Amino acid sequence: MPVWLELILRVLVVVGAFLTLPLIVGQAEHKVMAHMQGRLGPMYAGAFHGWAQLVADGVKFVQKEDITPRAADRQVFRLAPVVALLPYLAVLLVIPLGPHGLVAQPLDVGLFFVLAVVGIGVIAVLMAAWSSANKYSLLGGLRAAAQLLGYELPFVLSAASVAMAAGTLSLSGIVEAWRPWWLLWQLPAMLIFFIAGLAEIRRPPFDMPIADSELVFGYLTEYTGLRFAFFLLAEYVGIVVIAALTTVLFLGGWKGPFDDQVGWLWTLLKMFAVAFVVIWLRVAYPRLREDQLQRLCWLVLVPLALLQLVLTAAVKVAL
Amino acid sequence: MTAADVLLAALGAVALGAGLLVVTTRHVVRAGLWLVVTLGAVAGLYLVLSAELLAWVQVLLYVGAVVVLLLFAVMLTRAPIGASDDLDRVRWPGALIGAGAGAGLVALFADAFHWSRVGLPAPGTAEAIGGAVFRTWVLPFELVSVLLLAALVGAIVVSRPDISAGPRSDSRPDPRGR
Repeated sequence: MPVWLELILRVLVVVGAFLTLPLIVGQAEHKVMAHMQGRLGPMYAGAFHGWAQLVADGVKFVQKEDITPRAADRQVFRLAPVVALLPYLAVLLVIPLGPHGLVAQPLDVGLFFVLAVVGIGVIAVLMAAWSSANKYSLLGGLRAAAQLLGYELPFVLSAASVAMAAGTLSLSGIVEAWRPWWLLWQLPAMLIFFIAGLAEIRRPPFDMPIADSELVFGYLTEYTGLRFAFFLLAEYVGIVVIAALTTVLFLGGWKGPFDDQVGWLWTLLKMFAVAFVVIWLRVAYPRLREDQLQRLCWLVLVPLALLQLVLTAAVKVAL
Repeated sequence: MTAADVLLAALGAVALGAGLLVVTTRHVVRAGLWLVVTLGAVAGLYLVLSAELLAWVQVLLYVGAVVVLLLFAVMLTRAPIGASDDLDRVRWPGALIGAGAGAGLVALFADAFHWSRVGLPAPGTAEAIGGAVFRTWVLPFELVSVLLLAALVGAIVVSRPDISAGPRSDSRPDPRGR
């Protein structure tokens, strides 16, 4: 296969994953929440088990008028949803799906790239918050920025722990080095990474920035129609990315029975299992208050992540 | 001209243009956003020069943290939407110093290298940089760490009036003599 054809093929596959995986997660969220909370609404559209609910949502978003507030900074306001979405697309490029280089773009410093690019999302939030010319938006944006800056630390530290254990920053390399007993060794890091990841994508119980009972809808208050749908899509891609990263870093990625043939299936299965937990947590837990949220980060997660680093180093030296 | 040359020139132009906009725009927050573009373009320059790790460090630290802190601070204080006409810039001294430093650097590099070609060094992989930092340059690295730690402790002391040194105004009651 010529190089350019392979390149185009890889990019197309990633764009395809980018367009389908978040929708599957979105549909799963509708169904899971409907069953867990006894919601009747999402069970009607399209007759059988409400399969067309997501389609109906899409049609609704497209129909709505695209409003830009008069006092808003138009260009920044319109650019923000795109900036929110693009980093996640870039992250999907380097996540390995299976063995033997089944990854769109193998990167020597893959883990570092992911951590760096996910951090850009904050800028989109600040852009949306400020350019809306709305005090609730601005308050939500400042909350989001404080939350993201804080949780970036345990996020990076716990990822560093597993990179230390594997002795590489390459995501494929980490999966190669992974052994089942790491589940125990890296358990604290996994929990910290997952919780900090939830906070990074601002999912409940960490949705203080868009707390609808006090801030209307935080930095998304002024967004309507497709632009709002873009932010929503960014949230679902965020779930996919966090689930995929948890899988690759801590759950052994494609490792499993017959992984030579169906490694990609293991990755996807583990990913959707983690995504299911993300949805489950939204249903199960109330929102954390702002002070509780910061307290959890700085007084619990950061010290624990540092302890995990010490543990990782100790075991690594002892081995 | 190779593709890398074209990319370098284009990214350089983006960095320069966005940098100019940072200092000339009258919109305070937009200046910060242009700074994001500038720093991103510089990260792109690193990438073209095959300093992969450095490029992502640039994105993680400067785009993801420094600019965010900057925007955060601006939005907490005063961030009007639209142009602010009351910005006080030191126009001429600023332009003079900026242009002078730029011209000086250009002259320096032109004089040092003329038109000689320098091959790219080995790619700046994580392994190479890690080896350099923790083997060859470990002492300076530790010194910088201690300096940063001191700065951190200093920042905490300065920002917390209850533990700062110096003459107390003694709002605290004396424990013995009531």
